[in-house]
Amino acid sequence: MASTTAPSGRATPPPSLTHQIAAVRVPRSSIRSELRAVKIVWQRELIRFTKDRLRIITSLVQPFLFLFVLGTGLSRLASAGTHGVNLRTFVYPGVLCMAVMFIAIFSAASIVWDREFGFLREMMVAPVRRSSLVIGKCLGGATVAAFEGVILICLAGLVGVPYAPILLLEIFGLQLLVAFSITAFGVMAAARVKQMQSFMALTQMIILPMYFLSGALFPVSGLPQWLAILNRLDPLTYAVDPMRRAVFAHLRISPLARHILDPGVTWFGWHLPGLFEAGVVALLGLLMLGIAIFEFSRIE
Amino acid sequence: MSAATSANGAAATAAPEPSDSATVVVRGLEKHYGEIEAVRGIDFDVEQGETFGFLGPNGAGKSTTISMLCTLILPTGGYARVAGHDVASDRDAVRRNIGLVFQDTTLDGYLSAEQNMRLHAELYGVPRELVRPRMQQVMEMVGLWERRKSAVNTFSGGMKRRLEIARGLMHSPRVLFLDEPTVGLDPQTRASIWTYIRELKVAEDITIFLTTHYMDEAENCDRIAIMDKGKIIVLDTPEALKSAVGKDRVQIQTDDDDAAIAALAEHFDIKAQIAEGAVTFGVPGGEQFVPRLFAELGVPIRSVSVSRPSLDDVFMLHTGSTIRDAEEDAATNQMRTMARAFGRR
Repeated sequence: MASTTAPSGRATPPPSLTHQIAAVRVPRSSIRSELRAVKIVWQRELIRFTKDRLRIITSLVQPFLFLFVLGTGLSRLASAGTHGVNLRTFVYPGVLCMAVMFIAIFSAASIVWDREFGFLREMMVAPVRRSSLVIGKCLGGATVAAFEGVILICLAGLVGVPYAPILLLEIFGLQLLVAFSITAFGVMAAARVKQMQSFMALTQMIILPMYFLSGALFPVSGLPQWLAILNRLDPLTYAVDPMRRAVFAHLRISPLARHILDPGVTWFGWHLPGLFEAGVVALLGLLMLGIAIFEFSRIE
Repeated sequence: MSAATSANGAAATAAPEPSDSATVVVRGLEKHYGEIEAVRGIDFDVEQGETFGFLGPNGAGKSTTISMLCTLILPTGGYARVAGHDVASDRDAVRRNIGLVFQDTTLDGYLSAEQNMRLHAELYGVPRELVRPRMQQVMEMVGLWERRKSAVNTFSGGMKRRLEIARGLMHSPRVLFLDEPTVGLDPQTRASIWTYIRELKVAEDITIFLTTHYMDEAENCDRIAIMDKGKIIVLDTPEALKSAVGKDRVQIQTDDDDAAIAALAEHFDIKAQIAEGAVTFGVPGGEQFVPRLFAELGVPIRSVSVSRPSLDDVFMLHTGSTIRDAEEDAATNQMRTMARAFGRR
């Protein structure tokens, strides 16, 4: 039956309710409104992360396994080659990278969930730029991952790394950078991959090799040709190396051990400066962010 | 024809009826997906404050049309203006002026109801000082204000739908689009959703545009467009549509059914029959006919019921098939077309 209060089809002005509050007028889009969009997408990541306590804990399992089980177990084999440096200390920078990588990729994966549960649509139809949504998402992933990173930074003392403020800042900065770039990569993939199983399979196929090739678990000098090439092609190499340099700069170890364990990445004999390496990671991150924005802007 | 030129053309030649006040203006709107013509050139206006319904079987092109009006997909022909903005060339302006409630839920189940509402307010740039009062207003309207702190995952299907309606209203849109707002809900919840929609019409000066394939729900609309196979078959008020069917159904219980049937034939020239245990016949203006029936039939009547033609009858009148048959046809046609399209590849 037609509305009884409005036989003509026109709603009578609401006596109490509407005059109580001035009708909302949505302003035209501006930098301010875009920034609000970035902020709320970022905030949503944090809210969801803090509500998911299980994820906070489970995501620490893998780094702990690598650091304490593998690090301790293999140290009995490797003690001759590490020249007095604890293997746990050696793998620590790599584990710092790995921890944020897995969290970051998981953050990006939530886009696939959002699509399946329909929430992505709510964001896609909003009168804001897709770039704001993608940037908010990447910043959210980076923040959540960096938070996890902080927990691992706190463990430094257990693996013989001093709590030097500058070192901690350097580590934190690099973790943010890795987390941001990996989230951007994940978001880029999530634009195309629409099923969770496929997304997880794809990222496992990429993330694990990236981790193993990066030199997180071995020194990058004197490798066989094929491995050296793969190692130099791996973006994560350029995050692990400066991380390791930062850590080793604060260790009191023999020059020989330093030379063997922290040789630095070279391109045709040129030693890459740490800042340059960080720049490579940042550049790749921005490139993937750009592709992700492009991909999401195309989706109707 | 590009959307821009057709819009100019319409302005110059003046549309069929003055549409300055119309909130939704649609002219020659088309959407093709390769071989499949989902929408084949439709025209209509929806006035400010109207509740306008799109009725038709699944696959009739309702959702495609609503998606074009909401700027979710681009038309392949014709044009549409919503709240004064072109849906193809001015998408953000359209989006700021519309609220959307989709068939499938688009809430974040891990967040609380309030967090979902705030997220929407931020995305739509609702002025900060208005977020809380407006949120309270719309959430009270759908009876969820007390539950605002609960995670949406704990809500029932009906509550989720109500929350989505409230969220769609958060930024005071001029048009609220509801795509099958009650699909998948139990009858009681469906009825309550409609109560909220009617109350909403009292509280807000808003145009409501909805699609449904429930005949009974379409009767809540001020005007209905019946769609079939990508075209609007007929567009009018539910009353006008039903009176076009012509006859109401009258059922009487009498002491002597055979005598009543004979008397009906003799006095009124009406051919009646026994159906559902009662003397049943069709007559135009059934309610006006009842007094004459009592006065002139000459057989004692124990009870009378008059029922209006339903929109099902309307659909049948205009398409020659029931809505259920039409749905099955549409499904098989679509599969056939798709099979052909794949075959060509």
